[in-house]
Amino acid sequence: MLDATTAPLVEVKNLKMYFPIHSGLLRRHTGDVKAVDDVSFHIMPGETLGLVGESGCGKSTVGRAILRLYEPTSGSVRIDGDEIPALAPEALRKKRPTMQMVFQDPQASLNPRMTVADIIGEPLEEHTTLSRDQKLARIYELMDQVGLNRAFANRYPYAFSGGQRQRIGIARALALNPKFIVCDEPIAALDVSIQAQVVNLLEDLQDRLGLTYLFISHDLSMVRHIADRVAVMYLGQIAEISPRDALYTNPLHPYAEALLSAVPEADPSGAQKQRIILKGDVPSPANPPKGCNFCTRCPKVMPVCREVEPKLTEVAQGRQVACHLISPL
Amino acid sequence: MTDTTTAKIERPRSQWRDVWDQFRHHKGAMVALMLLGLIACFVFIGPLIWQIDPNFIESDAVKMIRMRNQGPSWAHPLGTDQLGRDILSRIMFGGKISLAVATVAMLVAIFIGTTVGVLAGYFRRVDGLLMRLTDMFLALPLLPLLLVMMFLFRDAAASVLGPSLGTFLLIVLAIGVTSWMHAARIVRGEVLALKEREFVLAARSIGTPSLRIILRHILPNVLSPVLVAATLGIASAIITESVLSFLGLGFPPDFPTWGRLLFDGVDAMRTYPDRVVWPGVAISLTVLCVNYIGDGLRDALDPRVRGR
Repeated sequence: MLDATTAPLVEVKNLKMYFPIHSGLLRRHTGDVKAVDDVSFHIMPGETLGLVGESGCGKSTVGRAILRLYEPTSGSVRIDGDEIPALAPEALRKKRPTMQMVFQDPQASLNPRMTVADIIGEPLEEHTTLSRDQKLARIYELMDQVGLNRAFANRYPYAFSGGQRQRIGIARALALNPKFIVCDEPIAALDVSIQAQVVNLLEDLQDRLGLTYLFISHDLSMVRHIADRVAVMYLGQIAEISPRDALYTNPLHPYAEALLSAVPEADPSGAQKQRIILKGDVPSPANPPKGCNFCTRCPKVMPVCREVEPKLTEVAQGRQVACHLISPL
Repeated sequence: MTDTTTAKIERPRSQWRDVWDQFRHHKGAMVALMLLGLIACFVFIGPLIWQIDPNFIESDAVKMIRMRNQGPSWAHPLGTDQLGRDILSRIMFGGKISLAVATVAMLVAIFIGTTVGVLAGYFRRVDGLLMRLTDMFLALPLLPLLLVMMFLFRDAAASVLGPSLGTFLLIVLAIGVTSWMHAARIVRGEVLALKEREFVLAARSIGTPSLRIILRHILPNVLSPVLVAATLGIASAIITESVLSFLGLGFPPDFPTWGRLLFDGVDAMRTYPDRVVWPGVAISLTVLCVNYIGDGLRDALDPRVRGR
């Protein structure tokens, strides 16, 4: 998969997404919430990049900014050869079919007043000129693909369980044969038993249709299951990007280490792992600390961390880390 | 993948069939619908059967005086008024105008209100401007404004469109233009909440243009408050029209409307209470029916309620 000769399908460079803060009587621009601050990564065709991090670290914002659901403050996003932030509205609309999104809350991401057939058919309505019968045939085909009974086509979202709703959302994302799908915590709102079903469905579809995923999640064990490479985010920046196995056996960044030590063991009687308990809270993204973003909570903090911001650099084959402790390759 | 040619393609049922099926289960709404149908028949078909001219006054003074203020009889089932005109035919004729004014004025008000509300809620750039406009209209003393509008434009409208159509359009527009503000505020609030929901984001990620997002995702979801505002709007339009007629700036005096009959009857209320009761009952009944129908319609249009 990590063939150096093929070009990456998705290439993100120095992506920044600031939300302005207006305050005072005149609503003057007094600062920014730096939700995403200088993030760079790439995803190869057919690959799954897991994006993990704690709540509020900017994972979802990255996903949405890549698809230009938010207008990024600066940076470059190339998907399948097109520079997304620079596209004109009509060109962006034409580009939409190649990149789709599966949303976190399957309850909120389906319009309660539309039937399943209408919801799955909306992308077809917008981007194709199929006749009504062809459209219906495609809708039924999609429902088969995600394992929904065709008899449900006429029902409304309230009548479905969380897992079934998520399948509807996936069918909608698949309708236009996309190449790249951003999965924005698609399993966070589901029961554990259903989570496995949905993740397996996503893997299945990837094998059959050759999809590329950006899989955003805070569930590290699920990410381990589905991702080829994993990016760990902290406070709007990427701390480490590593191949999955390398990261899970030997995390380099202290934050990745702490995060992984918190994953519950399937067999607690076995060798007890040393838990790394982080102290304090995540600093506000409106006012991040000087130097390394993680310096306020890092167990291995050094004086240089409070002064100089570490850059994401390649430290081993395919592994990038932003930390002063790790010497570059 | 599945062979779609062999599998039978079954068409989804029409949504409006479901809506009608659910509407029929709402007893109050069905009764109200039939009652409103009866009122409409009474008002629109009634004059064809009961062919007394509502403005007929005996030209002979003696006969006219004898005809005045009669009680119910076979010739005049609801009696006659102080000029000897038949009250039944006046109520029929007045209802025609009252219903038409109320419906059209409500449609105008809801149309303006929903448009302003959706635009203000969806497009942040025009929000401030449109809502300040709404506040301005809310702050205006409406009755004097209405009176000035009628006073200034009545003759002009009448000369262009003819006295009855001109006055009708002017009244309808005047009422509509001065009563859309509440609908606009309600709709804006709903739209502000709705546009942050993920299904709107999902539609944007599909590439649906703003206009179709509004039509497909926003409007169906603001339907309930709009229907409530509409049913209340019908009631207030009937009342406003009668206020205008009462102040002499509505329809010409020989044009009976329910509101006008009510106000004409107020003078003689002690002696002839029925003269106030009949138009009053007609107005209340219409408003009540419209409210119930709106209630049933709102339930029928909500798939979550419809499922039960």
